[in-house]
Amino acid sequence: MSAAIQWKAAAAPRSVEEQRLLVVDPLAGVSFTTAARRLPELLHPGDLVVVNDAATLPASLPVRTESGRRHELRVATAGGPAGWWVVLLGEGDWRTPTEQRPAPDPLDEGDAITLPDGAHAIVMERSPGSPRLLRVDWGRSDAAVLALLYRYGRPVQYSYLRRDLRVEDVQTPFGVRPWAVEMPSASRPLDWAALHALRRRGIGLATLTHAAGLSATGDDALDAQLPLPERYAIPTRTAEAIARTHARGGLVLAVGTTVVRALEGNALAHRGRLVGGEGTTDLIIDQAFIPRVVDGLLSGVHEPGTSHHRVVSAFAPPKLVDTAHTQAAAAGLLVHEFGDATLVMPGVAHVAAAVA
Amino acid sequence: MVARDPAPLEAEAARLRARGGTVHAIAGDLGRPEDARSIAAQATALVGRIGLLVHNASTLGALPMPALADTRAEDLQAVLEVNLVGPFRLTQALLGGLALGQGGTVLHVSSDAAIEAYPGWGAYSISKAALDHLSRLWAAELEGAGVRVLSVDPGEMHTRMHADAVPDADPSTLADPNEVAGRIIGLLEDPAGAPSGARVAAAKWEVAA
Repeated sequence: MSAAIQWKAAAAPRSVEEQRLLVVDPLAGVSFTTAARRLPELLHPGDLVVVNDAATLPASLPVRTESGRRHELRVATAGGPAGWWVVLLGEGDWRTPTEQRPAPDPLDEGDAITLPDGAHAIVMERSPGSPRLLRVDWGRSDAAVLALLYRYGRPVQYSYLRRDLRVEDVQTPFGVRPWAVEMPSASRPLDWAALHALRRRGIGLATLTHAAGLSATGDDALDAQLPLPERYAIPTRTAEAIARTHARGGLVLAVGTTVVRALEGNALAHRGRLVGGEGTTDLIIDQAFIPRVVDGLLSGVHEPGTSHHRVVSAFAPPKLVDTAHTQAAAAGLLVHEFGDATLVMPGVAHVAAAVA
Repeated sequence: MVARDPAPLEAEAARLRARGGTVHAIAGDLGRPEDARSIAAQATALVGRIGLLVHNASTLGALPMPALADTRAEDLQAVLEVNLVGPFRLTQALLGGLALGQGGTVLHVSSDAAIEAYPGWGAYSISKAALDHLSRLWAAELEGAGVRVLSVDPGEMHTRMHADAVPDADPSTLADPNEVAGRIIGLLEDPAGAPSGARVAAAKWEVAA
């Protein structure tokens, strides 16, 4: 891996029309770049595309602790069996890199957090993993918490972007279940025009829901534990569509590492067989992981050393991944959530040559 | 159920619950752009999967309804926001569950003012004509995706809105909203009856025995 490679992040979210696609074909052992718009042409009829239909919450809320100090509260898990876990960040511009923010007040069980509407949330539990990771009781129904977040919250912001993100900016076109606290951003090349194009080509579409979690908390020790265990729900019809696809010799493309974690995590929990249903996964995917359910991955462009890059490395040999990323950097592809995209899928080079 | 004013909304929800129904009440205003996603998120969290979305929220705008030539552009915009853009936003926010999930139905409540150019019905009439076309366009783009999109003209009903529009109407000439609702349920339960993209007059729709 070259240390000289200079990676650049997008200063503003790239649109589908602007997005470039780094294509890696582990079967042919080749990689190339193309326009993200061409993605539907690269897949074979009979393949299945699985997307995460989580809507992204305005998960960042301005709050005060009992000392009166302002804090940023970031929702880490939006309810479900684990309850509502939140991370507190110290006062400061929320677009300052999280690691440069002041430490939050150390809160304990029973402490109150003042919410923007004047009501209070109570700390129920402090994580052994980090003093700033807290389980809270909002004192209202889950739907009322959502109403509070949509009324007063904003999406989690990224310090490398030039402008604040609005709720609209962090939604995927098909996001509907309010589970994600950061955008499942791998879906960005898939607008409805692309989905319609996939359908017309005879490529199946299926959904699951995965509660995409926080990417940064400002606490190095906690950041090192990310991603935290995350909740998922795989509909029976999706598990069946995957089985049908494989039985017919088609391939399954996971859109985003969240989809990989949900599908592979569910299979691992059931002796290697995908059964679907709801669950939580703490599966970490890296180069050594052998995917059993997923054949290919659509993701962002991730610089070597990041956890997302390690997931990409599970789908292609390390040398090919290295070559592809050198190529991507040279071509000026942009990294992080709002940059360009990577497709790792066996057999796409053949299709690309055929349509060229 | 979604409505702007929490008090009557909760009262109506309680009335329906007392009759054995499962009812969730969400306070929100389709005329406020930021409310659509909040409503969609709350509804999805409460119900799990939205299989039927009925767009019946609607406003006449300024009362008494002015002549088109006297209508302020801002009032026309406000009517379009509630009657057209709000339903568009809400469908869009729920589309993933409808078009990539198990499918579902989107129903737009229209009016004969969408077809006829009645003088004095300007803003409302324009918004309903556009809503009908929104319905047809959703149906055309979502063909094959398992979503049925309909527009239903309920006819003239004995409602507060009708009284606002036509204060001197003879109530005996107006349809009972409960009876019209029954017809619409019949339409929804008969998938062969009206294909996606259809505009249906409720008065002409027979309730299946």
